[in-house]
Amino acid sequence: MGLYFNFFSMHLKSQMEYKTSFFFTIVGQFTVSFTSLLGVWFLFERFHEVEGFTFPQVLLCFATVLMSFSLAECFGRAFDQFPRMLANGEFDRVLVRPQGVIRQVLMAKIDFTRLGRLTQAVLVFGYALPRSGVLWTWDKVCTLVLMVVCGSLVFFCLFLIYAAISFFTLEGLEFMNILTDGGREFGRYPFSIYGEGILKFLTYVVPLALFQYYPLLYLVGREASLRYMLAPLGGLVFAVPAYALWRLGLRNYVSTGS
Amino acid sequence: MIRVQSLNKTFRVAQRQAGLAEAVKALFSREYSTIQALKDVSFSIQEGEMVGYIGPNGAGKSTTIKIMCGILHPDSGTCEINGRIPWRDRKNHVATIGVVFGQRSQLWWDVPVIDSFKLLKDIYGVGEQVYRRNLDELVELLGISELLVKPTRSLSLGQRMRCELAASLLHQPRILFLDEPTIGLDAVSKIAVRQFMKKLNQERGTTVILTTHDMQDIEVLAERIILIGRGQILLDGSLSELKRRSTALKTITMEYRGDVPRLGPGMKLVDSREGRLVLELDPAMCSASEAISALAAQVEVLDLSISGVSAEEMVASLYQEYKI
Amino acid sequence: MMKYLALFRIRFSNSLQYRAAAAAGMVTQFAWGFMEIFAFRAFYRANPSAFPMEFSQVASYIWIQQAFLAIFMVWFYENEIFEAISNGAIAYELVRPMDLYNRWFAQSVANRMARAILRSLPILLVACLVPPPLRISLPASGLQFALFSLSFFLSLGVVVAYTMIVYVITFFTLSPVGIRIIAAMLADFLAGAILPLPFFPDRARAVAELLPFAAMQNMPLRIYTGHISGVEALGGIGLQVFWFMVLLLLGRLMMKRALRKVVVQGG
Repeated sequence: MGLYFNFFSMHLKSQMEYKTSFFFTIVGQFTVSFTSLLGVWFLFERFHEVEGFTFPQVLLCFATVLMSFSLAECFGRAFDQFPRMLANGEFDRVLVRPQGVIRQVLMAKIDFTRLGRLTQAVLVFGYALPRSGVLWTWDKVCTLVLMVVCGSLVFFCLFLIYAAISFFTLEGLEFMNILTDGGREFGRYPFSIYGEGILKFLTYVVPLALFQYYPLLYLVGREASLRYMLAPLGGLVFAVPAYALWRLGLRNYVSTGS
Repeated sequence: MIRVQSLNKTFRVAQRQAGLAEAVKALFSREYSTIQALKDVSFSIQEGEMVGYIGPNGAGKSTTIKIMCGILHPDSGTCEINGRIPWRDRKNHVATIGVVFGQRSQLWWDVPVIDSFKLLKDIYGVGEQVYRRNLDELVELLGISELLVKPTRSLSLGQRMRCELAASLLHQPRILFLDEPTIGLDAVSKIAVRQFMKKLNQERGTTVILTTHDMQDIEVLAERIILIGRGQILLDGSLSELKRRSTALKTITMEYRGDVPRLGPGMKLVDSREGRLVLELDPAMCSASEAISALAAQVEVLDLSISGVSAEEMVASLYQEYKI
Repeated sequence: MMKYLALFRIRFSNSLQYRAAAAAGMVTQFAWGFMEIFAFRAFYRANPSAFPMEFSQVASYIWIQQAFLAIFMVWFYENEIFEAISNGAIAYELVRPMDLYNRWFAQSVANRMARAILRSLPILLVACLVPPPLRISLPASGLQFALFSLSFFLSLGVVVAYTMIVYVITFFTLSPVGIRIIAAMLADFLAGAILPLPFFPDRARAVAELLPFAAMQNMPLRIYTGHISGVEALGGIGLQVFWFMVLLLLGRLMMKRALRKVVVQGG
């Protein structure tokens, strides 16, 4: 753990050196999700409600997804940029060091510029929490925390899968963006909006709805069963296939070289 | 102790074609070609040896090194290093080896060198005392004390390489793999690196395996050479022995005053300018001392040197001989 | 001219090589298109009367947008140009016997068209086969299609002229990556990439229509879907011509100044 902390401070120091670039990337990040937010806002000025959700309630969704994604990106950035690590030989370097492989990749990059999105998520939460009509008892707060934490883990697993696939092919990775960037962008509305088929897919195959939609139902009081509150925990199961794919990819890498 | 036995390794490479029509075809079917990178490769290296592993590009050098480091599995054959199989026992094995890749740095780019060293210390779990002692010794030997506070990106290639060497030795590995360590370095740095490695091998008994295209490296460092070509080990022997095997021609370089001298039998002119002469001597036809007397009789000799075949020439003729 | 045709061919065949990438890119765009349309459908069901365009028009808007993404979206910057700026290769450019602005402009156009052509055909095909109301509708008349084509190419010109200004600004100020992201995101948003302009609240929409970004994808997409037609369409095209000229001129002026600075200061 001490080793991770050393890397953490090293990355922080080295990124802070490029102050202007750092600042502008954060602002850039902020702008990207801000335009997304504007889109939602404009629509709700006109429609006021969709699928029974009000604007502040949809914002809860929006901020959850944004926060989970930016946390996953900040800490798991190296997996998101894994193809680069393979291409420039850095991964070979990882294999030559006596530490766990995933551990080392995690430590290879911690991206603090993702704070742009994180800040926005916090601001949106700040606006939405009091206006959403939710009574914030301890169970509701717990639910929200679960949503963000498990959400980050699910996004992280998606990055892991992305990295695992890059062991096999460097082409065709783009489609994973549907789930990662797509998950973030489409997640600005509750996933029920996209129809039943999509919702089922996002429940049973890629469990984005487990931390974004079902707990939201619990928060706004449409469902009272504990199952809905604890749904995000179900998303953790996703780590199993993600890790398995990673191991498979790693095995493929060491037997076929780069 | 490194023992490599009958290693085989093939790679599948997708064929890419040029041209628009081919590209459309490629959309639907992909052709692959197989390359045999290693074919029945075997050798043994004892502890404390310094070995030059040479061969043209694509011969299989990096494949062998990767297998020995444990980052690649062979298709068949065995490799045992200090009682371990590298790719089966990765973490334990890599803790005992050091690797320097000539073109890719192991130091973190934006961070002072000493911080990179500290991170490596943590990664390899080196105790504080051992680390301090080691660090002081390496810093002195390599002359990098002023470089420690500088970020890696600000170092010249020569400076960086010296820091790389130090970094790879912080955990006192028993075996050091060097992949083209002197590539791109200026003359002074090259000499410094070679001297350091020689010292390392002699004083600490570190086994060193060096791949290089720079034959001066071989000349200075490697007593033993393993030549690989097209995936096969072609030669495995001592440098002096190999040199003896190669052409025995000698080169005489002479600076003189006077008219251009006449050359006798067995002497072939290579280069001649105002006051300087380079010729090739075939000792079978004319001994070195005869040649010198003949020349000295005609001109006033200012400076004279005789050299045997260089490692460069020997290797070039070997490549030709084996058609690789 | 032949040079750009050659460049186009190379890029096109290059993209074909990476077949998996091409397929993946296509799937991504399909997914995006479908999801956006589904989202709009949910809003339509919530309140059909508040919908400023017909639903079928929105569907067509999104499909054409996805099909020609590389042409409409500002964020398809030429990385080569940024690299040339940052690593000083621009010095070499000055030695070449071609006007730098024209060169970069033509390069951007060629690249965008090459990328777009590959992706657009399958996307349009699927868009035609999807059951209504998600299906794309064909233009109502030959005239409409002609107007659309004109507007289409004009919007390409406006987008590239805008990116040229971003390149020159990067050059002037050696600005960090964040700036170009901001420039692209704001432009695309105000051009109706995230939300078609008719959906904007009235005041925001009024402001957006005055900006050059409304001359980007906004115009051709609305002409195609029939949301704008006839005289209004001609007016819109006129506006595009206006903004194209303005951005072109501005970009050229800025580049001249920037290059003079390089020559004077020696890079």
